[in-house]
Amino acid sequence: MTMRARAAAMLLPFAAGACSYQQYQSIYGNAAVEAQQFNSLFVIFLVVCAVMYAAVILFLIAGLLRRRRAAEANVVEDGRHHESHPAMRTGLTVWAAVVAVGLVGLAIASFFADRSMASAAANEKLSITITANQWWWDVQYNSADASKTLRTANELHLPVGVPVRILLHSNDVIHSFWVPSLAGKQDLIPGRDNDITLVPRKTGIYRGQCAEFCGTQHAHMALVVNVDSYSDFLKWWQHQLTPAAAPTTPLAQAGYHYVTSGPCSACHAIGGTPAGGTVGPDLTHLASRRSIAAGTMPMGEGNLYGWVEDPQSVKPGNHMPTIGLEPAQLHAVVAYLETLK
Amino acid sequence: MSSRCRAKLVVIGIAALAVSACNREERHSRSKPIGETVPAGESPNTIWPGGSAPAALDPRAKLYDNNAPAISQGQQLYMTMNCVGCHFHGGGGMGPALMDDEWRYGGRIDQIAASIAEGRPNGMPAWRGKLTADQIWKLAAYVRSMSGQPSKDAVGSRAEGMSTTTPATLAPREPAHSSDTAQQ
Repeated sequence: MTMRARAAAMLLPFAAGACSYQQYQSIYGNAAVEAQQFNSLFVIFLVVCAVMYAAVILFLIAGLLRRRRAAEANVVEDGRHHESHPAMRTGLTVWAAVVAVGLVGLAIASFFADRSMASAAANEKLSITITANQWWWDVQYNSADASKTLRTANELHLPVGVPVRILLHSNDVIHSFWVPSLAGKQDLIPGRDNDITLVPRKTGIYRGQCAEFCGTQHAHMALVVNVDSYSDFLKWWQHQLTPAAAPTTPLAQAGYHYVTSGPCSACHAIGGTPAGGTVGPDLTHLASRRSIAAGTMPMGEGNLYGWVEDPQSVKPGNHMPTIGLEPAQLHAVVAYLETLK
Repeated sequence: MSSRCRAKLVVIGIAALAVSACNREERHSRSKPIGETVPAGESPNTIWPGGSAPAALDPRAKLYDNNAPAISQGQQLYMTMNCVGCHFHGGGGMGPALMDDEWRYGGRIDQIAASIAEGRPNGMPAWRGKLTADQIWKLAAYVRSMSGQPSKDAVGSRAEGMSTTTPATLAPREPAHSSDTAQQ
């Protein structure tokens, strides 16, 4: 590889990261006020520190190149500070002033970023509890009105422009909530309450990912974040609150019977049916989600078949066991799951 | 004995130790389908009247008994499947205690697995068809750890949540005998 090709290869990841159209999972996404503030803070720190660094290096080079002058040789050692060059004295004073202004500027910038995030946290309009499990996200929308409380999984819907406080818990090990386009990382620690406040700025779909190694399937622990307009968000919430519709086709009815009486219901809940397990993800509106198994596969009939029949080959080590469904049972279960729009 | 021979012996000894360590940590995420392992409707014969010879231990026992991942996953299942609701953390409440030396339906791992799968009179529900055989055996492995049956290096030193019971690594080993022979 030539020198130029190597340099290009090294720069490529940086260039790719900087692409502004790539907002799906990018720290440059700026899709929430938090990410935007972090990024502007980063740019301010980068510029100030780069200017200071360049100035120091320039002075150093100048000092190396400058010839030693006999008359000024030992001003400090001989106790003749006051005889130092006036230009040097002025230069040092200016330098101290520049350092002071730079540091104060950085402090002010970080103070305002911090205050604006704190004020967003104080004005929360929506409260969500996310509980991390090995290896999926349990999402609960809290409401003072208990009938509006909503439980879903692996998909987070947020209204644009509304301060959302997300309470973070973990059921097993330490996980980390990280939606790069929206904000920095925040850990979910078993036995501790943690939280993060977000104010989404742009509608769109973003990807979150567990950012703390949490076991074999850490890589397959993703979260889809859907930022909608406020009216779309309310529509989504209303729809999610409705119980699962009763199946109409005979095949789906057979699936309903198996799911609610068989092993599925020991772990999974489906609103409006006897299935009430709380161990696994809520399946009430499973087919309306974008992915299966915490972002492992896109939602679709084929992937549902693969996942239900043998979850251990798709995501080895996860806590959903391979049941060993007979083909007739599998067709029925998938047909029923597909009705859970 | 030459030093070379001694070195060889040391290497073989270490290898043997390493092999024994493998046994404790074997993980299996796939279970056989329920229908294959326990035919529906047929109850495994794990209870034998006094005097008759006990049946041979189920070959699956060696996969789960004394197996660290099986015990810890059984512990998770014990919480999530709400065994705690009746048996508490081993001390017993509505259901019998699991950390003592008394076993109404036998304290062997296959007997415990059968009790979980088939259910028992006076309240123990049958879990076959709700849990896979793999999960039932993991639960049985954990239940045995409550009375200190597995070796101490296979059990976790702390519970998943807040717990008032003795850490599993310090639990005394109870001699397992069935209730009809226990002192009244």
